Amino acid sequence: MAEIRIDAAVDITDVVCPVTFVKAKVALEELDDRQILSIRLKDGEPVQNVPRSMKEEGHQVLRLTDNGDGTFTLLVRKAE
Amino acid sequence: MAFTNEQLERYSRHIILSEVGVKGQKKLMNGKVLIIGAGGLGAPCALYLAAAGVGTIGIVDADAVDLSNLQRQVIHTTADIGKAKVLSAKESMEAINPDVTVRAYREFVCAENILDLIADYDFIIDGTDNFPAKFLINDACVLAGKPFSHAGIIRFKGQLMTYVPGQGPCYRCVFGAPPPPEAVPTCKQAGVIGAMGGVIGSLQAMEAVKFLIGKGELLTGFLLTYDALNMEFRKIKLPKNPGCAVCGAHPSISAPVDYEQAGCAWK
Repeated sequence: MAEIRIDAAVDITDVVCPVTFVKAKVALEELDDRQILSIRLKDGEPVQNVPRSMKEEGHQVLRLTDNGDGTFTLLVRKAE
Repeated sequence: MAFTNEQLERYSRHIILSEVGVKGQKKLMNGKVLIIGAGGLGAPCALYLAAAGVGTIGIVDADAVDLSNLQRQVIHTTADIGKAKVLSAKESMEAINPDVTVRAYREFVCAENILDLIADYDFIIDGTDNFPAKFLINDACVLAGKPFSHAGIIRFKGQLMTYVPGQGPCYRCVFGAPPPPEAVPTCKQAGVIGAMGGVIGSLQAMEAVKFLIGKGELLTGFLLTYDALNMEFRKIKLPKNPGCAVCGAHPSISAPVDYEQAGCAWK
């Protein structure tokens, strides 16, 4: 898999739904269009909801990786 | 300005909305709204704007809380009876949201103070209960180029309209001049359903929020009327009056004017 250059990272494992998405959205708003945000999130509700909400807002979900410690890493490219 | 986790949680239902987002919430937090009247309309409006995180909210009223206010003025409590309404309102708003700066002005608006009062604000809420104040607020906002929300409630009826400089009619375009004192009953004489203030005052808060975030269509060029008994809302299109005494082509009003108050309008 091609290497993806990450522009910023945010950890949303310290908050619960719906603040998970809100915190990710806030981090994404800081980026320029087409930049890539790495989001560390917990298994369960965040993994089910945050990628879907990102897609609904028009952003591109690039990759979801299981970190093996109950967390995942989601890479999102900001919509233009 | 970065949001704390606590602010993200407090405003999460706003930030999730694509029309608001972080940018819109920041606009609300940088916004300044002046509410004239801490009564039936001003109470719900002030509560919602404070809860929404509008950064600076001014509230103007010279009255003290009276037992007969509590049927509709939901920002005040029984323990507040006798307290200045603006202080009681400030306490409630700060208790809901400590992020908000509330400026209390314990005075009635008049020709002498109105321009100074509105000068620092982005949007004005007319939550007053009498015609002289309504015309005064309209004229001052037109002269100063300030957008405002007009509203009035009585019995089971309410109405509102929004004025934005350069867009549609002002209140005086539509209503001309105050009726003679005593010609129209006040709320005190005629009565009003408490929830009417909640409906119409909340719509005023909504107009202020939309104005601050810059989304949607405001109620400019329209009067919205609500008849609760028949459960009817009507949105009436209204033209600008080219001969309006304050915003027309040749205005005769160049400074705010005090009209005579009906005797009963004063406590």
